[in-house]
Amino acid sequence: MDGLDTKFSALADPTRRAILARLSLGEATVNELARPFEMSQPAISQHLKVLEDAGLILRRVEGTKRPRRLAKEGIEAMDQWLGMLRTALEKNYDRLDGVLANIDTQKKGEMR
Amino acid sequence: MSKMTLKIEGDTHVIVTRRFAAPPEALYRAHTDPELIQKWLLGPEGWTMPVCINDAKPGGKFRYEWTNGKGAGFHITGEYLEVSPFSRIVHVERMFLPDRTPDNHVETTFERDGEGSLMKIRMTLPDEKTRAMMLATGMEHGMEASYVRLEGMI
Repeated sequence: MDGLDTKFSALADPTRRAILARLSLGEATVNELARPFEMSQPAISQHLKVLEDAGLILRRVEGTKRPRRLAKEGIEAMDQWLGMLRTALEKNYDRLDGVLANIDTQKKGEMR
Repeated sequence: MSKMTLKIEGDTHVIVTRRFAAPPEALYRAHTDPELIQKWLLGPEGWTMPVCINDAKPGGKFRYEWTNGKGAGFHITGEYLEVSPFSRIVHVERMFLPDRTPDNHVETTFERDGEGSLMKIRMTLPDEKTRAMMLATGMEHGMEASYVRLEGMI
């Protein structure tokens, strides 16, 4: 499986989340990505590597530049998982609606 | 129609909200009475909770065991920290998959909302990594459950 562990771990860092937020606005070079952070370029490159290994960003070659952008598939894989979790929880609560409806009718006198 | 929201907040929280037609009193009972819990806290179709022990008082413990009836299963244990009928429950829990996961601190509140209630669950994990891992291991279970459901359809 194409590591959801790796993806969620990659997200578990505020700098990397900020980088993803910046990339959601569009492609950016390492320089552009490093600018808002008080961090050396190698440090930013290290974060970019983690994001790339996790399949969350892609790089393109343009002359000497290596602009990064979001990897749609990688992001969607995480989103799908959250969707599944949501579905399982929703199932629980749909069932709970039924349970509550029964409590209401059976135990009205007892409730207060 | 989706009445539920699920989102991550800050570095360590997961927030779930859901509206119910029933009043907070009923909602509270459905979260603390084992007979009622066993009717709904089951996750995907096909899973049951044969063991449900729940002693909802400060310091009280609970234990839920789930099975899919085909050899797969896991359990959760927890302790209650604060219990305020019918509005607020604070507990810690961890899953055994079978390895023990780090403690999840969970605050659940039930507020009156018109004729019904608004439930809010705020989970706090020890750190970002643990939250990430919780979300990731949950995936395997969600997937497993989906496969089990799929088995039932084909």
